[in-house]
Order: sequence, then structure tokens, then C-alpha cells
Amino acid sequence: MTTLLVPTPAETAAPAAPARRPSRVWRILGYLALAAAGAVVLLPFYWMVLSSLKGNNDVFTIPVQWITTDPVWSNYADIWSRSNMSTWLGNTVVLSAVVTMLQVLTGSFAAYGFAKIRFPGRDVLFLAYIGTLAVPWQSYMVPQFVMMTKLQLTDSLWSIVALQAFGALGVFMMKQFYETVPDELLDAARIDGMSEYGIYRRIMLPLSVPALASLTLITAVTTWNDYMGPLIYLRSPDLWTIQIGLKSFISQYNAEYALIMTGSVLSVLPIVVVFLLGQRYFVEGIATTGLKG
Amino acid sequence: MTTMPVRRRRWRNTAIGLSFLLPNFIGFLILTLIPVGLLFYYAFTEWNVFGGATWTGLDNFRQMARDTTFWTALRNTLYYAAFHIPLTLAVSLGLALLLNRKLRGVAFFRAVAFFPYITSIVAIAQIWNMLFSPGFGPVNELLRWVGVDNPPGWTTSADWSMPAVIVVGVWRDMGYYMLLFLAGLQTIPGQLYEAARVDGASAWQRFRAVTLPGLRPTTFFITVLLTIGSFKVFDLILVMTNGGPGQSTLVLAQYIFRKGFEENQFGYASAVSIVLFAICLLVTVVQFVVNKRRSS
Repeated sequence: MTTLLVPTPAETAAPAAPARRPSRVWRILGYLALAAAGAVVLLPFYWMVLSSLKGNNDVFTIPVQWITTDPVWSNYADIWSRSNMSTWLGNTVVLSAVVTMLQVLTGSFAAYGFAKIRFPGRDVLFLAYIGTLAVPWQSYMVPQFVMMTKLQLTDSLWSIVALQAFGALGVFMMKQFYETVPDELLDAARIDGMSEYGIYRRIMLPLSVPALASLTLITAVTTWNDYMGPLIYLRSPDLWTIQIGLKSFISQYNAEYALIMTGSVLSVLPIVVVFLLGQRYFVEGIATTGLKG
Repeated sequence: MTTMPVRRRRWRNTAIGLSFLLPNFIGFLILTLIPVGLLFYYAFTEWNVFGGATWTGLDNFRQMARDTTFWTALRNTLYYAAFHIPLTLAVSLGLALLLNRKLRGVAFFRAVAFFPYITSIVAIAQIWNMLFSPGFGPVNELLRWVGVDNPPGWTTSADWSMPAVIVVGVWRDMGYYMLLFLAGLQTIPGQLYEAARVDGASAWQRFRAVTLPGLRPTTFFITVLLTIGSFKVFDLILVMTNGGPGQSTLVLAQYIFRKGFEENQFGYASAVSIVLFAICLLVTVVQFVVNKRRSS
């Protein structure tokens, strides 16, 4: 097959042959496409921030004003008194922290059992985990609600903890990572008399910091953004998370466009910060869990 | 370790292994495995919150066959999937090809494109509802500017609400699938492209003969994910249009929600859930079979 020809180093190194270099036209087209795609992705976010800094009557104007000369910063002060933003944000922070901690702990713990200890029945159990990854949550949310009702967890923050903390994703993701750790390393530790729990804590956990970081970020963001769980389970307003609170604020003040956008910015801001800080782990987490399936 | 008899060691290993699984497994069993199992029981019962479940056999499914709202929801779900899947595939592959080139600013853009995917549905739906606002929204202003005299009413119009939801769905998902495509592109050896160039293949020919075949496992996996994702579309629609206007964007998952949580008909909602579950399973199995046949 001609496609298997290995190029000589000269061919790959020398950009001299003009035909092989992307021509200037292609390059310019590439940048144009990049700029267009960038605009499509970013303009909605820009619109959100811009509108949050406008007076309410200036949000919808013809033609659209793409810059504002005197930003209305007071929107960011008013939102706290017009809504229960601080309660919602507080609940969401607590939930995200608890869920993430539990998911990372129990997930990585179980993943070690699945990846590094041989015992009968292990593979069947793992198959159950994998199998449910393919079942859409929407199709079992009703029986799940019945279970939660029986456990008397509805209308408490614990329902969301229970809902999110024991997902199959964490187990799956950590197992993928643990399998890349060579068995010889663990056997050496076993011969030295270390227990399996010791190996998990002193060898596996330190080795898997990048994977743990990915799982932490993904779980935290998922919990922060979850809308359906809180919608189904949290009835009392003082338990609401930011997503439910924001949605109710939108329905209540549906003409206060500027304030609605202010609330939206505040609900997105923590995610932006987390994402910018840990972008590398996000991308790695997505790429590894995504492609092994 | 060698002093312990084999049998006892195996037993000990099992105990230790299970002790690792247990903390996660208990939660997983109670909140995922058992509910999935119960689904197949509830679907054959009549049950509301008050009183227990009564076995009614296939009654729920017979009722479903006559339920015009159910068929509307199914049709709308298929409508969404029929556009969301190919559009997202095309856009995310296009983005990935663009970002796989050596252009300046690519790393920045890769992060940016992923951003809609991690932003909450509530914020996204609200932003787009305002952008799509028929009279004064920027989208229609742009359309008027390029010469469309009578731009659509988007989420206020029964004909255009589904296209609006699809646009937002593609916009939100493209960055995620782009990342998966990018990872796939990086597994294609550069030598193949060099060799194709030596043979005088044009850019289009290289795409057809090297890129697409090299991406086949990735494309397959992405199609499966996208299909399941499209059929279970829910929260985006719930927040953007709440199924309306009329029933123009009512989808299966939302119908389950209405029956289950708003009308408390757990049995009937479970029966509809089984349909959703079966569709996702069927599509996945078909895709696996087709993929296997094609690659052999």
C-alpha cells in the first residue's frame, strides 16, 4: 500500500516545497472561519454580560447596542435584595462540595476494587455499572423518585446528595486510570506487607491526582448546573439551588431583562472561574472517559 | 501471604474487594439499579401516589397507542433527533478539523468552544430566548439586515420553536463533541497524510481517504452518544419553551415528567419511560451491528 510509505526526514522537516504548505489563501480562510466560530460561541455570553450592565429599557433596542457607555453597576447590588440569591448560592456551594467529596471518595475507592483486586463476581458487578451508563436517567427518574420517597429523602438537600454522589461515571473514570498503573508496583508493596487499604491510600491516591482533579471538576460543575434533580426534589424555597432559584426569578420578574441577565451572570461566574483554573483537567477528563467506551 | 491456604486467601480477597466497592455500590444499588429494575414492574401497573400498584398487564401500553399526546411527543423527539444528530456531527467535526490546523489562537478557541457545554441550561435558555425575541432580538435584527423581511417568531411560533431549540442544542453540544473528534484526529498518523500528498491527493481526497476512515471509531462512538443525548433531550426544552407553544416542542422525556410528577400517574409514566429506554437501546444496538459489519 502506498499509504504506508514512511516519509524521509527531509520531507517532513523541509517546508520548502510550496505545494505542501497551506497557501496564504487557505490560511486567511482558516482565520476567518476561526473568527466566525468564535463569534458564534462568544456573542451570546457577551450579550448576557452586556445586558446585565444596562438599564432595563436599554436591553432591547433597535438597532441593538453592542456597547454600553455608562454601565449600570447597581444591577449587581439590587439583585441581592430583589432575590434570595445568597441562599441559593449558599445551598449550591454546600451541595457541590458534599456531592463532589462523596463521589470522588466512594468512586475512587470502588474503582480500586474493580481495577486491582481479583475476586469472583467482580466483572458482573462492573457490567451493571457500565450498563446503567447507557440507560437515560429520564427513563428511571420516576421509580427513583418512589425510592427517594420511601427513604423519606424528598424535600431535603440529602436527596440531591443521594442522586449525584453515587454515579457510575466516577467509578468508570477512575477505573480507567487505575488500570494504567502497573501491577508490579502494587505487588512490590504487597510483599512489603502493605494492606490493600494502605496501597490505595499511599500509592494509588497520590498517583491519581490528575484523574481525581478531572473527576472533582466534572462532578462539581455537573452538580452546580443540575436543574432537574432540584426541580423534582426540592420543594421548599429555602432549599433551592441557584438553578431553581434563577428559574423562579425569571418567571416572577419576566420583564426585568437586565436583572435576569445579572442573575445569570452570577450563576455562571463560579463555573467560569473553576473552568479557567482547571481547564487542562477538564479536557483530559473528557478525552479519556469519552473515548474508551 | 504464602502461609495462608489458597481457599482462605481467596475468601479474604473477596471480602477486601467487596469492602472497596461497598460504599459506592450501596448508593448505586438503591438509587440506580433498583429503580431501573422497578421500572419494568411499574410499567405494567396502575399506580398513583395514593394507594399501591395494581397489576394491569398491558393496559398502559394499550392506552399509549391511543394517546395522541404521546404520539406528538414521540414525533417531536424524532424531529429533534433527526436534525440535532447530523448537524452536531457536521459542526463539531468541522470545528475539530479547523482546530487541528496550525493556526494561532487555536488553544484559546478550544477552551472557548467547550464553554457552552459547561454553562447551566437555565442561563443558556434564558440568553437564547432573549436573542431569539421576535420583535427586538439580535437574531431577527441580523436576519432583517441580510434581507429577510419577515423573520420567524422562533419560540413564540409553533412552526419555529423546534428549530430554535435545535439551534441552541447544537450550539451547546458542539464543543464537547469537537473535543472528542480532536482526540480522534490526533490518533491518525501524520505519515498517512504525507503519503497521500506524495501520491498527489487533493485536500478533499485526503479528507475522504485518510481522515474519515481514521476517524471511524470516534465517529461511531460520538454517534451513539449523540443519539442517546438527542432522544433524552429534556431540560433545555423544559426551560426554553416548556413544550410549547401548544405541544410543538413537547418531547418524550418531558411527557414522562408531566405524567409522573405533575399528574402522579407513576404506572403510565413508567410505561412511557420504557418506550424511551427501548428506543435508546434499539438505536445503540443497531449502530453497533452496523459498525461491526462495516469494519469487517
